[in-house]
Amino acid sequence: MRRQIEGSRAVAETVARCRPEVVCAYPISPQTHIVEGLAELVKSGELAPCEFVNVESEFAAMSVAIGASAAGARAYTATASQGLLYMTEAVFNAAGLGLPIVMTVANRAIGAPINIWNDQSDSMALRDAGWLQLYAETNQEAADLHVQAFRIAEELSTPVMVCMDGFVLTHAWEPVDVPGQDEVDAFLPPYEPRQVLDPAEPSSIGAMVGPEAFTEVRYLGHARLMAALDVVPDIADRFAEAFGRNSGGLARSYRTEDAETIVVALGSVLGTLKDTVDELREDGLRVGVLGLTCFRPFPAAAVRAAIGHARRVIVLERAFEPGVGGIVTQNVVTAAPAAEVHAVIAGLGGRAITKKSLDRLLRQADRLPPLTFLDLDRPLIDRELGRLAASRRSGPTAENLLRDLGAVASRIG
Amino acid sequence: MVVTPIKFYQTGSFAVGGRLLGEDERSVQSDRQRINSIDCGHRACQGCGEALGARYALDAAMRATGNRMVAVNATGCLEVFSTPYPETSWRIPWLHSLFGNAPAVATGVAAALKAKGRTDVRVVGQGGDGGTVDIGFACLSGMFERNDDVLYICYDNEAYMNTGVQRSGATPAAARTATTPALGPEPGAVFGQGKNVPMIALAHEIPYVATATVADLRDLEAKVTRAMEFRGARYLHVLVPCPLGWGSASHDTIRIARLAKESGIFPVFEAEGGEVVTTSKIRHRVPVEDYLQLQNRYAHLFGDPPRADVVGKIQALADRNIRRFDLLGED
Repeated sequence: MRRQIEGSRAVAETVARCRPEVVCAYPISPQTHIVEGLAELVKSGELAPCEFVNVESEFAAMSVAIGASAAGARAYTATASQGLLYMTEAVFNAAGLGLPIVMTVANRAIGAPINIWNDQSDSMALRDAGWLQLYAETNQEAADLHVQAFRIAEELSTPVMVCMDGFVLTHAWEPVDVPGQDEVDAFLPPYEPRQVLDPAEPSSIGAMVGPEAFTEVRYLGHARLMAALDVVPDIADRFAEAFGRNSGGLARSYRTEDAETIVVALGSVLGTLKDTVDELREDGLRVGVLGLTCFRPFPAAAVRAAIGHARRVIVLERAFEPGVGGIVTQNVVTAAPAAEVHAVIAGLGGRAITKKSLDRLLRQADRLPPLTFLDLDRPLIDRELGRLAASRRSGPTAENLLRDLGAVASRIG
Repeated sequence: MVVTPIKFYQTGSFAVGGRLLGEDERSVQSDRQRINSIDCGHRACQGCGEALGARYALDAAMRATGNRMVAVNATGCLEVFSTPYPETSWRIPWLHSLFGNAPAVATGVAAALKAKGRTDVRVVGQGGDGGTVDIGFACLSGMFERNDDVLYICYDNEAYMNTGVQRSGATPAAARTATTPALGPEPGAVFGQGKNVPMIALAHEIPYVATATVADLRDLEAKVTRAMEFRGARYLHVLVPCPLGWGSASHDTIRIARLAKESGIFPVFEAEGGEVVTTSKIRHRVPVEDYLQLQNRYAHLFGDPPRADVVGKIQALADRNIRRFDLLGED
């Protein structure tokens, strides 16, 4: 039943219906409403049996999830931004141990300068951690992806990160059909671990491995992720059969059939992008969209097929690799070496990606350089470059820029 | 026929085994049916105090739990020497995750067991002093304050031995390590630094905190057994001499551990609910020199010129422990 609900609450209720046995969390914006919701559901007894552990850091959160998962429990946590980076060591460890933990990342920028608003620098920074990464376009999909994530994770014995744009999705109220308990129970079988800490059958988990087998262990982790390229769409199909709606999968095309330009993007910006494309199409511009739901593993074949004969590809990214350029872009280039690919970095630190800006960008698609920063305030940058050239003790850049703007309020336009 | 009465010399002594004792009074190690939690064939150094301490502690915990136990290990010597791929010395369910997260991983195991209604299975977390007092300290304190149902055992050999004897927050003053060399006017580790984690554990007012050494293994077994009678967070801090790091003879491990206690430099006590309830009294008090001189890490104190001033400062630390814990008082 569809009802008006905050994205975080929808995710909390959906996760609860997946019957996690251990939920651990450390608060960080914009993840808080998710774990508050779960705390309430556990405390009230609605979600039982489940242990909710209030940990002292994200590093501990992932570590508790590791212990719980290794002991055979379905384990869940959620984080964002600095929290994800703070738990990084344990994030890699969970994948290396092959533990099917599910974690929500409420995507947020990384400091300094400290910034609580949305971009995808956090999860992108951990793209090589050995986890699956699924990106939600809407709150409905965010909810649905969690049900699929537990099933995918447990089928592959690999952890799954469900990424949803902070605030844009987590704090947005919109109609969501929260998956029902009976439906989820029918879709998601109880967790049967491949390895478990059991006194009746003692095993050592996490032993040291030297050069004689380390490559093979890593290869098997890679093979599990590559197997996910079949498992993810399969689970999405089964989900569609069971729940009657399409969510998840590897990638989704929108009006790409005859497109000269295809814009590749992940997450909530896809909505704005599709609206923009609809308007451009009315003006006769042949533009389409390829939304990536699955970023790790990278669905190279699906991307290649979707790009097809398009004249150019524009990758719209909410994160980038300083000194290089677009992160998703490089993956697209590897998948489709023949394509003309442009990177557009947009929406960093919560800057809105507006239809107006996208419209302007796509109308000049044929004149784009390899790398563009959307809506970049060039005069602001030039003033700081001037200061840097004029004085050795030019002071902290972020503060200088805010002083130039004359307002400390975050700029969203 | 002359009847010679048997004298039970071993009763109440430091000796372990106690073949002259009744079955129920014997040590866990004398029980041939025990499960060797950490089995032979591991790669610890000769005379390793940690291997000895871990064997006694875990076997005692196994007995106390009816062999229903899971161990979580921090990175460190104990982890490395017990599980070189593809071998393992562990005959218990054992998990190693990272250096700094063993207490939190143990919490996760305990939470899972609770959710599954398997509270008959108990959890032991363990690590060296680096993994416990330094890099794992936040997780340890978190586990304590939440009163998670975990016994955490720190095998304290007073430095980062696995990486080559670097200073930790448990390294004692004046000790030479690779990062506190015996150079300059104040050689070795600095006075006034380091942390006393048993006392910090005590301040968390968790159900049970104890210290022990590998010199008195019956005491170690008894403390593990006592610890397993409680639910909630428990902490056991075991002094385990390291021949490699301390520069001592392999055959002196137990002797040095005993001298640590008998000099007062390492107070052995037991606390319940934040209150010290027993202290192991000094039987034959010795000056700290007796303890220090067996270890090359203190050799710079006995060279030319000898540093009686520094030894005096170490003696003052021992004397303070003796006063603080009433180590010379009546049992």
